[in-house]
Amino acid sequence: MTAVQTRSTTTNKTLGHPLNAWYVAGWDHEVTRKPLARKIANRPLALYRTEDGKAVALADACWHRLAPLSMGKVVGRDEIQCPYHGIRYNSAGRCTSMPAQETINPSAVVPSFPVVERHRFVWVWLGDPAKADPDLVPDMHQMDHPEWAGDGETIYAPCNYQLVLDNLMDLTHEEFVHSSSIGQDELSESDFVVSHDGNTVTVTRWMLNIDAPPFWLKNMRDKFPGFEGKVDRWQIIHFEAPSTIRIDVGVAKAGTGAPEGDRSQGVNGYVMNTISPETDKTCHYFWAFMRNYCLDSQLITTQLRNGVHGVFGEDEAMLKAQQEAIDANPDYEFYSLNIDAGGMWVRRLIERMLVAEGRLAAAL
Amino acid sequence: MAATNTEVWQSASVLAVADVAADIVRIELAPSMPKKADPGSHIDLMVTIDGEQQKRSYSVVESSEDGTRLVISVFKAPASRGGSVFMHTLKAGDSLRITQPLQNFPLRVGAERYVLLAGGIGITAIMNMASVLRNVKADYTLVYAGRNRTAMAYLDQLRELHGERLVVHVDEEDGILDVAGLVAGLDLATELYMCGPIRLMDAVRRAWTERELEAPNLRYETFGNSGWYDPEEFLVRIPRLGVEAKVGQGRSMLEALEDAGVDMMFDCRKGECGLCEVRILDLAGTIDHRDVFYSERQQRSAAKMCCCVSRAVTTETGARADADPSRGPAVVTIDVS
Ligand code: FES
Ligand code: FES
Ligand SMILES: [Fe+2]
Repeated sequence: MTAVQTRSTTTNKTLGHPLNAWYVAGWDHEVTRKPLARKIANRPLALYRTEDGKAVALADACWHRLAPLSMGKVVGRDEIQCPYHGIRYNSAGRCTSMPAQETINPSAVVPSFPVVERHRFVWVWLGDPAKADPDLVPDMHQMDHPEWAGDGETIYAPCNYQLVLDNLMDLTHEEFVHSSSIGQDELSESDFVVSHDGNTVTVTRWMLNIDAPPFWLKNMRDKFPGFEGKVDRWQIIHFEAPSTIRIDVGVAKAGTGAPEGDRSQGVNGYVMNTISPETDKTCHYFWAFMRNYCLDSQLITTQLRNGVHGVFGEDEAMLKAQQEAIDANPDYEFYSLNIDAGGMWVRRLIERMLVAEGRLAAAL
Repeated sequence: MAATNTEVWQSASVLAVADVAADIVRIELAPSMPKKADPGSHIDLMVTIDGEQQKRSYSVVESSEDGTRLVISVFKAPASRGGSVFMHTLKAGDSLRITQPLQNFPLRVGAERYVLLAGGIGITAIMNMASVLRNVKADYTLVYAGRNRTAMAYLDQLRELHGERLVVHVDEEDGILDVAGLVAGLDLATELYMCGPIRLMDAVRRAWTERELEAPNLRYETFGNSGWYDPEEFLVRIPRLGVEAKVGQGRSMLEALEDAGVDMMFDCRKGECGLCEVRILDLAGTIDHRDVFYSERQQRSAAKMCCCVSRAVTTETGARADADPSRGPAVVTIDVS
């Protein structure tokens, strides 16, 4: 007799990551003529730019003895030289010169991964290169659109990327994790609406006629000096598979028509998040806070970035502790609440991608 | 690409066998541990020759999306070392030992233009690439050259799939393929992938260099089994070790030396790495260099050879027509490391 394992819950604690997807490998300014080592989706990469400024992602292991190419240097128009015995590769990963011989071994190549630079990020595709369509890069246009201003950072998060997605898809945690900045009781009291299609999930929450929490009061006063009074607050979470989440957030003077579409009496921001799995238990979490008011104020850009940095520091501590607890309790399962609806749709879409890649058995 | 080249041995059953051209069979396999074969990949498999197991490599012509069905094609070479003869005895229901798909000839998606050049049975390494390029709507031309139409596998299927992008060249109808003309029409943004007889590949390599195209854009795979001359039996001597060995038509010099108990160094066994290099002390005959490790200059000087693929032949003048094994075997005297 073989033992059969069943579970009383359908929630995977942590998920594998699809490979047929664009992941951010770094901010545009991080990829330079000095090679950068970064692991994305369990694949160590050497990232650099050619003389013409084209970003390149090669496997970070020389064909010869697997020395990390990221420790080498960029040479010529588009080549990188292995730091160990000097083999050179071009941006396609083909060997261009071999030490101490007159010919080049035709099998000498390192994998070169498709790269697209868009929305201030360098995106890389680690799955089937024949499927690497640049049109599949997630929409993050607020990052570099003239009607939006702002900046962001990277969090190196010691947890499975799915835990970050869960965190962003359900913002009731703000009441408990971020009580001093953006949290307020109305978050868990207000209703929310979830919708989805094949590739996206949206969670919409409105809180009408409430007091603005400190973070939003400050923003309102930046645009409307001396503002006092009640606000209508919104959080509209847009997920795009497998790991990009833009949160349309803001407040407007109560009763001025924001829920109906007139946001002119308010302030609006987009919390831009895209998460690249590093390993099964770590991820690179790229975020930015973009706003569509006071566009020329570098002071506000810096204040908002620092403010969100503080807020996300609280998430980071929770995510780290959660991953540790998952590891320490391998025999316990996850159970779900009604507030997890958004996050559960995210898991469902990602599971479908994994099944399509043959990397997860289809659900029963 | 070390990561993709771990040999995972497994059993595979033969699903179907079909003739696809004179002396060429198409063999459909169901591996027990399926893995999708990317374009340019091959499998190694064990053939039985005189009751002994030997390893052979075959390009994957087609792979289902999940790798549960792999197709190879085998040409029964007149100078076969016995492997292709064995493969031609297979029938549906037989079982083989094979590896998961291995990759030494990866296709890069994203070049501006491609030329795929297949000579004869070399079409097996190129076919899968052509389908992928078609699927990603790349700009490509598939040039398929062969001696005569009956010897060219998959012609109809390729015509149907690639239409105008397929250029067929039949030696017996059109004369020898104008390689220089083909290469002259290429620019720096074109990648050329080729697989075929060494004469064809050498001609392309030479034209490529003369035209000063970028070396990394010329891609080829060599299983190291075709030379400038037909293989002959020859003798190899190592005076320092008191060894004399006969290298049979169907054996490599490296194998013959190993059989004779010489402790030989090697790695790729297909003429690429240069580790099996031996020094030539004396030569009665000519060396048929079949490696891609030495430059032309080095091959001409005939001071060294890659013994995993290169051979000695009887011709004195270097002309193919002068090869005459009846005058007694060629003899190469060497020293080893
Ligand atoms: S390890 Fe890179 S050249 Fe040897
Ligand atoms: S073993 Fe590599 S060239 Fe002979
Ligand atoms: Fe948070």
